[in-house]
Order: sequence, then structure tokens, then C-alpha cells
Amino acid sequence: MIRTAWLVLKKDLTVEVRSLEIAYTTLFFAVSCVLFFAFALVKEGKAPEDGAAGILWIAIAFGGTLALGRTFERERQSETLRALLMAPAARPAIYIGKLLGIVALLAAAEIVLVPLVAFLFQAPLLSHPFWLAAVLLSGTIGFAAVGTLFSAMLVRARSRDVLLPVLLYPITVPVIIAGVRATAALLQPDVELALVRFWVALLIALDVVFVTLALWTFEPLMTD
Amino acid sequence: MPKWFVPLAAVTALMFAASPFLIANAPYEATMGLVQKIFYYHLPSAWVFLLSAIVCGIASARFLFGGSPRQDRLAYAAAELTVLFGAIVLVTGPLWARKAWGVWWQWDVRLTSSLMGWMVAWAYLLVRKYGGPGSDKLAAGLALFGMANVPFVYISVNYWRTIHPATSVVPTLPVDMGVALWFAVACFLLLFVLLLRLRVYLEEQRARLDALYLSLDE
Amino acid sequence: MIPLDFEDLTAEEVSRHFGRRRALSRISFQTRKGSILGLLGPNGAGKSTMLTVLATLMRPSSGAIRYGTHTAVASGAALRSRIGILGHDLFLYPELTARENLAFFAGLYGAGHPQAAADAALQRSGLADRADDPVASFSRGMRQRVALERALIHNPRLVLLDEPFTGLDDASTAALIARLQGLRESDAIVVLATHDLDLAEGLLDTALFLRDGRVAEAVTRPDALRSTYRTIMRRST
Repeated sequence: MIRTAWLVLKKDLTVEVRSLEIAYTTLFFAVSCVLFFAFALVKEGKAPEDGAAGILWIAIAFGGTLALGRTFERERQSETLRALLMAPAARPAIYIGKLLGIVALLAAAEIVLVPLVAFLFQAPLLSHPFWLAAVLLSGTIGFAAVGTLFSAMLVRARSRDVLLPVLLYPITVPVIIAGVRATAALLQPDVELALVRFWVALLIALDVVFVTLALWTFEPLMTD
Repeated sequence: MPKWFVPLAAVTALMFAASPFLIANAPYEATMGLVQKIFYYHLPSAWVFLLSAIVCGIASARFLFGGSPRQDRLAYAAAELTVLFGAIVLVTGPLWARKAWGVWWQWDVRLTSSLMGWMVAWAYLLVRKYGGPGSDKLAAGLALFGMANVPFVYISVNYWRTIHPATSVVPTLPVDMGVALWFAVACFLLLFVLLLRLRVYLEEQRARLDALYLSLDE
Repeated sequence: MIPLDFEDLTAEEVSRHFGRRRALSRISFQTRKGSILGLLGPNGAGKSTMLTVLATLMRPSSGAIRYGTHTAVASGAALRSRIGILGHDLFLYPELTARENLAFFAGLYGAGHPQAAADAALQRSGLADRADDPVASFSRGMRQRVALERALIHNPRLVLLDEPFTGLDDASTAALIARLQGLRESDAIVVLATHDLDLAEGLLDTALFLRDGRVAEAVTRPDALRSTYRTIMRRST
């Protein structure tokens, strides 16, 4: 099972590295998001103080939705998702492989986004790098866990481009809220680590619930 | 019309007609006065909203893992009722809040997660309508994730500082308030059952029609 | 997962509907190992749907498919390891090379040495010199050859092909026909959906003519397929 997940992940990364299409476009889109929000919220030449955390997570969410859509669009061409499902490999392993690929993609985007947001908003995002990484990782996994499942479900549906955000955003609201609160807590001048720990614990709990639920429902959702 | 419809509808209507009298007889609450009486409709509709989401979630799970079309019809009906009762909660709540707290809305956990749960129900309906073939399973998957939200809504007020009343309020109500409340709860539960059964009945008729069309082709 | 095997394929009253539309209606047939069954019929007759059901990717609304004594519901993954499918869309990743595509799927199907399996497949299809070019740069015929190798890389017992002759030139077509005959000799069960009757001639052991999801006619050892087809289609439903 781990072997299957690893094979799928390696394949996804290979395909992506060949063209880097999704990586570049997602990154550019996320950066545009950040700038867009910054311009919209700027007052008297200054951006809002607590805007950094929120804008960062919005950019991750919007960019993530785009990346998910494009990744599964690739599997739709040549119906390769079907070929994956035809293999005797355990279906949940395919899900895990795809999930890890998406998380890797989003993590790469975040590596660029965090310094950008820190720079634009004068936010001390890099003051507690370990905690920030924990927040970003657990939040990204939660978002991607639901997103990967829903995108895979939608591959053969009509109106799939519009339906992905419609399905994804309400469900991932707790993840976004927790992520933003945790990040905002890290940006305070005197950081309350206990508060950050609380939000990270919540994020991890959400991750466990979502991934478990996704693994459980992946098989019936993929068969016709 | 199915046989049970008229008697059940009649009972529900009578009870709803009686409820304002019980509510009027209940004592005024100390700080909020008359406005607090929205509580007698707000709370039951909130409970039915959550109940409906749970019914939808369980039916969806049974449909997804068992394939029974009856469960699918039940899930669809429950999702619609989640939207309906959620709307009632989200209207009565702010009406009360405006007078009691001075604001229409607050971004605390309970309100936010209720609104989110309501949107999940809407998303369910959108998927059923626009998802094309296979949308019944997609929606079922969504409902399962939405159901995970329900316990979160309920216990959230106990763990976060919030101006929304905590869940310890209900068990400690004085008796005459309690009577009006539980009567209203019964009303709403009956209404829920009535609408749910009616909606499932409608879907069953549709399924029968589809089967007839199919057998034409034989 | 214990691999299983089967020697015949039986469809019993298989039906499948989507809402009010009947895609398949009471289809029954039986075929044994070492034979080629053709699903023939116009577009929309239900050929692709039938193949999807045979591939265990779709459950029939009623009826059953038996693979020897096994059913898809009970045996799931073990069964899938014995089925190979060549779809209308070729199931290849255009960004990957031929070798990478084959090695990936070989690994996915549990091959011990995926690279070796991929190399062998490349040799068999005569594409060894283009092995490291991305599939996107291949012609339709070459892509088809890689796709066929992908479908067969795990030596499946049941081989399902959906319109495999589409867009192929004469040389590729001849190669494909030879390959199918080879499969028959090695005791595979081949089910082939096509509306290209001239090519199917002489290749099929049994022909199942489908129309509107129903079996219009089943013919063993058919010849003069085109005239048979015309006769069947002219009959009123």
C-alpha cells in the first residue's frame, strides 16, 4: 500500500517537474491574490495590520483550489484516473499518493508566499519558524485532504470547476479559521505560545478526522 | 396524498396555533424582556437544524456504503430541511441578537459554524441539481463531511469565550419557561417529521415514474 | 491479495440504466479462454458501457457478471489484477516517456521488477528506440502501441479493447491484429468493441450485435459481417 502511494506520488512529481505548469501558474495566481487583497485593503498607503494572516491563508486556499482543479484535469485527459482505479492497487493508497503530491505543491507555493506576505505587510512571520511551519503544514494537509477527495469525486461530474469551491470552502472553514488564528497569534509582538499550541492541536485533530473520513469514503465514491 | 398526511398536518397545525399562548404565559426573562421570547422558536429550530443535518449524514453514509436508493431519498429530503430550518435559525437569531446584544451578527464560533453548516446543506442541493450523473454519491460524500461539523457546533460554545448563551442554559430553566419550550420543541419535531415524510414520498413517486419509463423500454 | 484466475466469462441478464435512459438491457453471453468476442453495433449501442461494466468499473443495475466463479463485488482488487483494458482514451500520461508510463503501471500492478517489464514491453512493441521520448510526441499509432503494452503488461486473463482500430494505419492495424491473435493463442479472453466491421472480419470467434443496449443477434464464427450487420440493422425494433 505504501508502495502504491509512493509510486503515485513519484509519478505526479515527475509529471509536474517536466512542465512545472501547475507550479508556476498556482504560484503566480496566489501572488496576485495577495497583491489584490493588499490593494483592496490599503488605507492611506498602509496595509491593515492584522491583514497578513488572513491574506496569506486566502491566497493558499484560492491557489490550492486552482492547483487541485488543474491536477485532476490532467488525470481526466486520457482518463488516466480510470486506469489508476483499474489497477489492483488499494484505492486509499492512490488517494494518499495524490494528497501528498498536492501538499508538496502547496508547500512549495507557501515557501514563496510567506516571505512575500512578510515583506508586504511588515509582518514578523519568520520570528517563530518552527511553529509557523507546523501551522502551515497542518492547515495545508487539512485543506488538501478534503480538496483531493472532492476533486477526485468531481472528475466525472458536470460543472466540476464551479462545484469544487462550492463543496470545498464550507467544509474547510474550520481549517482556515484555525490557520488564520494561529498565524495571527504568531504575529503578535508578545506571542502566546499556549494559544498557538491550542490552534495547532485543533488543526491536527481536524486533519485526522478529514483524512480518516476521506480514506473511508474514497472507495465507494470512486465506483459508479 | 398519503393517508397519514392529513392527521399529522392537522395535529402539527393545532399545536403551532397553541404555542403562542403557552409562550405568552411564560414569565419574562430578567434582562431581555419580551424579545427573549423568540428563544422558544429559535432554540427548537436550531435543534431540528442539527437533527436534520445528522439525519442527512447518516442516510448519506448508509447510501454510500449500502447503495439503498431509499437512503438517498431520505438524505436529499433531510438536506432540504436542513436548509429550511437553518434559515429559520439564522433569521430568528439575528432578530433576537439585534435587541439583546445590539448587533445583528457576531463572528463567534457557534454562529460561524452554524452558518457554515447551513452552507454545506446548500452546497448539497447545488451538487444534486447541477452535478450531472453520479451527483447522488458526490452529495452523499459532502454530507458526511458536513455531519462532522455538527458536534463541533454544539459543543463549541462551551469551549470558547463567546456572548452566545452556553448549553447549560436549557437544563436550568424555570418550569413554566420549560413547558413553553418543550411544547415548542414538540411542535418543531412534528413539523420536521411531517415535511420529511412528505418530501421522501415525493421522491418515491419520482422514482416510481422513472421505473415506469424504464419498463416502457423493455 | 491472492491472485485468482478464471477460464470463462459469463454475463447474465446485465442491465444498466442512468435515470430514465437504458444503456444496457438484459445482455447475456458466455465466452471461454482462448477466444475473441466482438461487440459490434452503431454508436450509442452500449458497447463502451458494457466494457466498463466488464472491467468492474461500473456496477450493473441488475444482472451479474461472473468471472469463472468469481464476481466483481466479492473479489474486487484480485480480479482487477487479471483484467487489462485499452480504452478509447489511451490511459497514458502524455508528459511521461513511454518507458516511464510502462514502468509506472507495471509497478502499480505489482510487478517485481517494473523497469525490466517495461523494457520487455518496449521490445515487444518495437518502440525501444523511442522509449525515452514523451508520449505526447508520438503519433496516434505509436501511442496506441504503447497503450496496448500498458494494458497487457501484467499478462491479464481478460483483455478489453474499446475501438482499438481508430486512427491506425495499415501497418499498425496488421500488428494489432497479429497481437490479438497471439493473445487468443495464449488462452486469454478478448472482448473487442468496434464498429469497424471489415477489420473484425476473420478475427472474431463470436460476434454480439448490439443495438440500443440490447443484443440484436449473437453469431458464432461469423463471416460476411457487413451484410449480417445490415440485415440486423434493417430489422425494425
